[in-house]
This record gives sequence, structure tokens and C-alpha cells, in this order.
Amino acid sequence: MSKTLFDKVWDSHVVHRITNGPDVLFIDRHMVHEVTSPVAFLGLKNRNVKVLFPEKTFATADHNTPTINQHLPVKDLLSANQLKALEENSKLHGISYWGLGHEKNGIVHVVGPEYGITQPGATIVCGDSHTSTHGAFGAVAFGIGTSEVEMVLSTQCIMQTKPKKMKISIDGKLSKGVTPKDVALFIISELSTSGATGYFVEYSGEVFRDMSMEGRMTVCNLSIEMGARGGMIAPDDKTFEYIKNREFTPKEEKWEKAMKYWSTLYSDKNAIFDKELFFDGNSIQPMITYGTNPGMGISISKSIPTAKNQDGGVKTYLKSLNYMNYSEGESMLGKKIDFVFLGSCTNGRIEDFRDFAKIVKGRKKASNVTAWLVPGSHKVEKAIKDEGLLKVLEQAGFELREPGCSACLAMNDDKVPEGKYAVSTSNRNFEGRQGPGSRTLLASPLVAAAAAITGEITDPRTLY
Amino acid sequence: MGYEKFNILKSTTVPLPIENIDTDQIIPARFLKATERIGFGENLFRDWRYNADNSIKKEFVLNNDAYGGKILLGGKNFGSGSSREHAAWAIYDYGFRCVISSFFADIFRGNCLNIGVLPVQVSAEFLDKIFESVFKNPKTELVVNLNSQKVNIPCLGITESFEINEYKRGNMLNGYDDIDYLTNMKDTISEFSKNTPL
Repeated sequence: MSKTLFDKVWDSHVVHRITNGPDVLFIDRHMVHEVTSPVAFLGLKNRNVKVLFPEKTFATADHNTPTINQHLPVKDLLSANQLKALEENSKLHGISYWGLGHEKNGIVHVVGPEYGITQPGATIVCGDSHTSTHGAFGAVAFGIGTSEVEMVLSTQCIMQTKPKKMKISIDGKLSKGVTPKDVALFIISELSTSGATGYFVEYSGEVFRDMSMEGRMTVCNLSIEMGARGGMIAPDDKTFEYIKNREFTPKEEKWEKAMKYWSTLYSDKNAIFDKELFFDGNSIQPMITYGTNPGMGISISKSIPTAKNQDGGVKTYLKSLNYMNYSEGESMLGKKIDFVFLGSCTNGRIEDFRDFAKIVKGRKKASNVTAWLVPGSHKVEKAIKDEGLLKVLEQAGFELREPGCSACLAMNDDKVPEGKYAVSTSNRNFEGRQGPGSRTLLASPLVAAAAAITGEITDPRTLY
Repeated sequence: MGYEKFNILKSTTVPLPIENIDTDQIIPARFLKATERIGFGENLFRDWRYNADNSIKKEFVLNNDAYGGKILLGGKNFGSGSSREHAAWAIYDYGFRCVISSFFADIFRGNCLNIGVLPVQVSAEFLDKIFESVFKNPKTELVVNLNSQKVNIPCLGITESFEINEYKRGNMLNGYDDIDYLTNMKDTISEFSKNTPL
């Protein structure tokens, strides 16, 4: 029988199928961070059980960590306490822990691929919705709640009903200035934030084939923002080239054996999807959001849609514009901004810093803009320095911070003040997401860089 | 271990007729710093309930004494966003045992079921009728029957069925949890792990 890529990976991990119930799904790789794990570890303690396969779980600190002076004790006592809990729990259960100051530390979804923990055909979970990032490698990867974190720690399985399957195909060539972030924001604007709820998405077509692994990660990362459980892309030579010789990828005969499995990972020709969507890659423009969910995005040169064109929820739509202090029909270009955030599991990789540097090179940061440039990991930080990007950034008036989730969710001190506007390369523009009362405009690193230079929303193509 | 059993819930409601209520509204990230599951109810809808100086926002429904009860009503696409189970914990800890909406985000729905909050998905029309009745009379009670999978609005005399998978329904009726189920399968799982390709 013909199977989709998703079927192949999911079905081969089903330990047991409960009649009229969920599947018991075996998990190959489990990532944990400090925020969604402590109560799960507490559950193990209360039940008096150990972690079943400690070698399949990897811990890193990222959500809560400061992005300056990481060598000093963490000031915020609650954050410090959570970090300490993760360190102690990891030690107690024999889990590798890449805490603050560790050379491998970074955002969970950045370090997983960097060290080869992320592999094609694997089932990967983490108590974080952006676990969908790892789908870029042909893994079935998705976010779980803390009860499920406890399930994985104690039994290496979770119970999940198999989602439906959606294929999103985009052919054509992306124009200059259009990045994977724009592709993702475009898709979400077409589907809305709930358009893929209940589905697992496979991205296919020329646009995704042409994308770098970093770009594929950005797209898969944002799958959750249209409600999908996850998104994935069939592995190809680019995938295998990326993961080869990384610390946790198989070596020699084991590599050959794994390659045999990985080479079967594609959707069969006649495989059936529950839903198929097609878009034209040539027509996608640089995108920006104007509202309070990621589905409220438009091409940067378009004006804000009117409420009457929204399918239902006019009241909610106007509430959202009111929060942003924007009006229907206004142009986004030229709107004043206060903050720029480059980073997060969506756009905190080396390619994103290359894009940002390309625009700011030889220019100066606008004096009214506060910019936070936060690498996704120490590895990214090192590459920024090694490639000479740091110099370019510094000459343009920017400074580089230390790795972490930072202003994406503002659990640490990197908070956008009430009423201020931030062009952010992160993933959510919800009310208060970047600090109470903050206003977020999601965009690509190119759009963020252009705004950082001019102090207002600017089409990056005018700065090439 | 399990949690409180759920069978029939008869209660007044708290209406939030807003679409796309995300987990950052349900509980903002800055309140996720605890290492135990305590005190999350205090920060439920924190930034809608309180001003920056911690004074109360009187216009918000949770601060309106006319409304209360164990059922929270939300607009379409309730619980979108983050996987934080803290959102479900905050709802539970505040005192809700059931959320009714016309559409739920996946991870949120799963988290609710795992901790004993029943997510009930009804049609948009039925939800509108509930909102209408509740705004007309805040003392309007609903009856949610998990066993028969029905929601009833007694004052209008109308009922609608809702879906829930049989296994999860059994868990909630009996107060069972998945971890106990999986723990009893450990030997099967260990055997299975020997033949996984990675």
C-alpha cells in the first residue's frame, strides 16, 4: 500500500494501537528544557520511578536564561531555581545536560540539529510547541505537554491519536529578498492560525527542495502557528550532507545501515493525503504581520485588510488592531518601530545572521532603535565571529548577546516595554508575548535588518 | 495516580466570546517559573485581569461577580500557541473543570484531557446560543454529561452531542491516567525498543 512519509515514520513507531483510542508511540529522541520539565521530574519522584532510557533524553537550558553576563549567577531567583532543578534532575537520572555556560548550550531546537541528535525518520518530542523544527530532517517531531514529558521520561512512549495528513506544495523560484520566513508567514496568512489543526504537514515542491537546511528548519518550525501538530520535509542529499559526522549521528557501518532506512523516507507516488494545497512560489513577497496572531500577515507593501473581509470574528479582528494601535487600510511601510529582535528557534541560525549582516553592512543602526541580536547557540555565536560577521554588525552599531530564547517569549530580562513596537524574527505576535503590552511585528531577518537601519518598516529590497 | 473523576457537571459559566485565545493570554510566559504545580490559577488571564500596577481591570469578565462557575466558555480556536501545560493547570487551579468552545488547538486539548479538564467542542451555532443565554442571564446553568457525551442548555431545552475518543472518555470517567497505562506496558516497550532503527 502506498504510504506518505509521515505514515512511514509514525507507523513504524507504534508499539500498540488502542481500539477507539490513541496509539502508543515510541519516541527516539526527547529534548527537555528547564520550564516544562520540573513538574514531570517531580512526577517521577512521586511515583518512585527512574528514567527508562536516559541516553535518549537531552537537556538544555534556554527559555529562562539571561543573554548577557552568563558567567555570573542568574539574578532572578525563580529562574535560577528552575535551572538548578534541571541540572539536578539531569544528574540524578543520568541525562546529558548542556546548561548555562556549557559550550553546547543553546536553544533546544537549534542545538538538536547542530549535534546530530535530530535525524531523519526519528520520532522527536519536547515540551515545546516549536519541536516541529526538527521535521526539516524528515523526522516526526512535535511539542508535548508536561504530563507527556513525564510519560516519555518514565516509559519512552506517549499516547497520541494519529493526525490527518496535509501536503503543501510550492513550486517556482523565490524572488530576491524573499526568505523561508516569508514563505512560512505567507502559508500561515493563507491558512489562518487554525487552518492546519488536526493535521501533520508535509512540505514538498521546488521551493523547499531549493532551501538550505536552515531554511527548512524555519519553515517546519512555524508549522505549529497554523495549528498543525508538525511539519516535515523528505530527507535528501542536502539533509544527509548536513548531519554527516555530527557528534550524535551514526558512524561507519551504522551510518550505512541508517542510510538504508533513510533512503526509504519519502511519500510514495500514489500516497493519499487528507488535504493537498498548492501555492506559487514566484508570487511570494517579503511578509510582515500587523496583528496579534501569526496568521495576520501581509506582503510588506500591501495595506492592512479591512475587518469586513475577515471570515467571522470581526470583533476579535478589531480588538487585535486596537491592541496594535493600527487601523484598517493603513500601509505598513514607514511605520515607526522601537525594537528589533534577531534570534529564536525560528531565525537564530547562522544563515539568519548572514542575511541581517548583508543589509546592515556599511550602514548605521537607527538611533531610535534598540536591537537585540541573540544567536541560537554557542555554535552559531562562534560561526558569527569566525565568518567576520561580528565585525560587520559592530561597525553598524549592533552588539551580539549570548544564546537563549530571549525576547521571543520574554521570560528573562529581554522584554519589550508596554506600547512599544518590535520587529521580531521570532514566531509569535500574541498580545504581551514579548513583554506586557508589547507590540510584535513578525518578519524575516532581512526585514528586521532594514527596520533596524531606518527605524521604520522598510522593504529590504530597497536597501540591496 | 489519576485525578478527580468527571461524570456530570452542572454549573454556571464564565463567558469569553473572543476567538483565537492563545496560551500566552491564558498564562503569560513570565509566570511559568515554578518547579511545582501550584498557584497557577492566580495568574490565569493575568494581563486581561490586572493592570501593570496589579490593580484590577473591572471590565474583564473574571472580575465581574455576576459570572462564575466551573465552565469556561471561549470563542473559536481556543488554546492556540504554546504547548505549556501550565495553561491547562491555570484553568484547573482557578476552579474550572470544563472548557466549551467551537474549536480547540490540538496540544491544548490534549493537555486538558491529561489533567482532568474536559474540552467540549460544540457547533458555532450552539456556542452562540450558550453565549446569548449567559449574557441574558448570568445565572444560566449548563449540564455537561460526559457519559452520554451531551451538553444541555436547560433554560432553552436544547441539547448537543460532543465527540471524545472512547479511551479518553473512560479515563476521565474513572479518573485514570495514561502514565499508569504506559507503566504497565514497560516490558513490551523495552522489547520494541530493541528493533527500532535509530
